[in-house]
Amino acid sequence: MIKIAIGKKIDGRYGNFELKVNTAFNLNAITRIAGPSGIGKTTLLKIIAGLVLPDSGTVSVENVLWFDQISGFSKKVQDRQIGFVFQDYALFPNMTVEKHLKFGTDDESFITHLLELGEMTQLKNRLPKQLSGGQQQRLAILRALSTKPKLLLMDEPFAALDQELKSRLITKLSHFFDEQQTTVILVTHQDDQFIDYNSYSFELKGIGD
Amino acid sequence: MDMEPIWLSIRLAIITTIFLLIIGIPIAYWLSRKQTIFKIIIEAFITMPLVLPPSVLGFYLLLAFSPNNGLGKWLHQYFDLQLVFSFKGLVFASIIYSLPFMVSPIKAAFSHLPRSLAEASYVMGKSKLKTFFYVLLPNVKPSIFTAAVLTFAHTLGEFGVVLMIGGNIPGETKVASIAIYDAVETMDYHSANSYALVLFAITFIIVITVFLINRNAIKSPFE
Repeated sequence: MIKIAIGKKIDGRYGNFELKVNTAFNLNAITRIAGPSGIGKTTLLKIIAGLVLPDSGTVSVENVLWFDQISGFSKKVQDRQIGFVFQDYALFPNMTVEKHLKFGTDDESFITHLLELGEMTQLKNRLPKQLSGGQQQRLAILRALSTKPKLLLMDEPFAALDQELKSRLITKLSHFFDEQQTTVILVTHQDDQFIDYNSYSFELKGIGD
Repeated sequence: MDMEPIWLSIRLAIITTIFLLIIGIPIAYWLSRKQTIFKIIIEAFITMPLVLPPSVLGFYLLLAFSPNNGLGKWLHQYFDLQLVFSFKGLVFASIIYSLPFMVSPIKAAFSHLPRSLAEASYVMGKSKLKTFFYVLLPNVKPSIFTAAVLTFAHTLGEFGVVLMIGGNIPGETKVASIAIYDAVETMDYHSANSYALVLFAITFIIVITVFLINRNAIKSPFE
């Protein structure tokens, strides 16, 4: 279980409020986080990743503490063994598609496998600026998978993909997650993603203040 | 025409640029991170040479490095280093004088990189150092190039600071800009014109090169 009991003041586009979350996510499953814009879905993902520190509370994974505000402990981002798909992709402008994956793994056959999974083999020598929006988004997903993360956090990962490609990718990703025993938490506006698999929905609501 | 002042200027500009590349990039990165009052004060100090008359800077450096005073005396006693009226002193003064030309463009470039770029590298398990060299630094390369060229050109054109701290010693501190002044003083307009033309040509070529390269290959990595 990933147990989250945190509070975090958010200074957002939609005003100031306190994000309060008290919940638990299943391991080896896919959890969809839904909720209206600006409610703190991205912040919650970043808190799990350790990229944003909560103002109060704790985060623990399999009973191991990742964050504890009282003792001031926060497990280093680098040691959390996570993958993160950023909403703005955050691709490295200086690296080709293949180099992005090499940055995550030395395993050549795994890189070939990932390129096939994302249907990007033909594009492996291209820089991000030479890719379309949908291709950039696929690369962002593949890069996050390249380190074989135990926990994969995805922020609107399919927003730029067309329906057909999206459902093909979701099928392949589901097998991948099964194989690798990956726990997935994704922020999405559509609640049908991965609906056929071991998946749950979590509605983020309740603006404090 | 005695070419020595020209070579001396070029040597000074190259050495200053190399030193500033080494110290300027880490300073620029540090300044681009979260702002504190302390950093703002440091940045103000670094920027001062942009607005201060060079003679003011030169005057204080002259006082500081004088072998009769605190710092200068200490350097002379323990390191046998005399910075007043020497080429080493010119290098030191140029580094301070050109610091904003190196730091400002690189700092701006680091500040413009999206935060998520470094975050993406951290979540992949990469250390801050590895992230800096493999992700951040390669994506500010165009600005580093521009900053280095600006620093080089600025050092080449230095006059006030050099005159104050270096004087006019042939082969040691008599750089091209000083040679022009010296030639005019002795009514040797022909030599003055030669030096001035060479300096003009070199800086013009440098500026043209920067414009050309910025126009073609190197644009912001996000364009």
